[in-house]
Amino acid sequence: MDKVDRKLLNLVQWEFPVAVRPYAVMAEKMGLTEEEVLARLTRLKEIGIIRRLGGIFNSRKLGYVGTLCAAKVPPGRVDEVARIVNSYVAVTHNYIREHEYNMWFTVLALSWEELDRIVAEIKEQAGIEHLLNLPAQRMFKVNVHFEVTEVQDAE
Amino acid sequence: MLSEIDKQIIREIQSRFPITERPFAVIGERVGLSEEEVFSRVQQYLKEGKLKRLGAALKHQRVGYLANAMIVWRVPEDRIDQVGEQLASFEEVTHCYHRATAPGWPFNVYCMVHKHTREECYEAARRLSEAVGIKDYFLLFSTRELKRTSMSYFHPKEKEKGDVQLG
Repeated sequence: MDKVDRKLLNLVQWEFPVAVRPYAVMAEKMGLTEEEVLARLTRLKEIGIIRRLGGIFNSRKLGYVGTLCAAKVPPGRVDEVARIVNSYVAVTHNYIREHEYNMWFTVLALSWEELDRIVAEIKEQAGIEHLLNLPAQRMFKVNVHFEVTEVQDAE
Repeated sequence: MLSEIDKQIIREIQSRFPITERPFAVIGERVGLSEEEVFSRVQQYLKEGKLKRLGAALKHQRVGYLANAMIVWRVPEDRIDQVGEQLASFEEVTHCYHRATAPGWPFNVYCMVHKHTREECYEAARRLSEAVGIKDYFLLFSTRELKRTSMSYFHPKEKEKGDVQLG
């Protein structure tokens, strides 16, 4: 990765142009050809430096609602339970935290009913005994920088 | 409301935005619309705030932020909005939510801080606590990341269990 790559990565992260030919706009800013920008970005994506390129959406405005679930999982079952929880597309984040409720994961769905159904199914499938379901009532802040780098879209 | 074609476009933009001269033309070919039509819909999503922006996410971006704490607060009902807004106004708070309580779990406001050390997280929590005048809180540190991904919106399997990889 050279200096040009680094500059391009900044541009593609924070100033991606909304244009019919976005890469030509970037090329002009960088003093490169469109062809070179495309070649560099393709390579950066292939080698995994760029994890994802595309849209960052507002899940709420797309109609999604979200919850945070906290489960008490015996230490010896963490990997097994995580495999089942993580297998759901609707689960976007899952962390082990130091607490008796040790597994914390987020779930998104297109309605509250759907969300409750998925949470109930996960609880049953994963054999979780104690689970807190803590649906979001209001979002005060989601930092866009962390959003993108993470993934974005913790509910 | 979003039509089926909008959902298709959103899926395309989210998961496989093309790195090619005319990405909206390629998406248009995939979903059966013209480049102009796709581009004008994308501009509309931006205008409506459905799409925040276009951009890339890189690997290893959180290097340096080794301690990440979720701070959980118990706030009197009539102060939730004010406290939430005030917490959110701090730059070091990256996420802040009001969440429903659960039986035996009276906490209702959640925020995240990312710092280099745990001590810095505790210090931040003390500062926040003083600012909002809420003493009933605690910190939850993450010790392991099990999943961190962006949502695959309108994924055909989003209502179902995905493929469980055994072993």
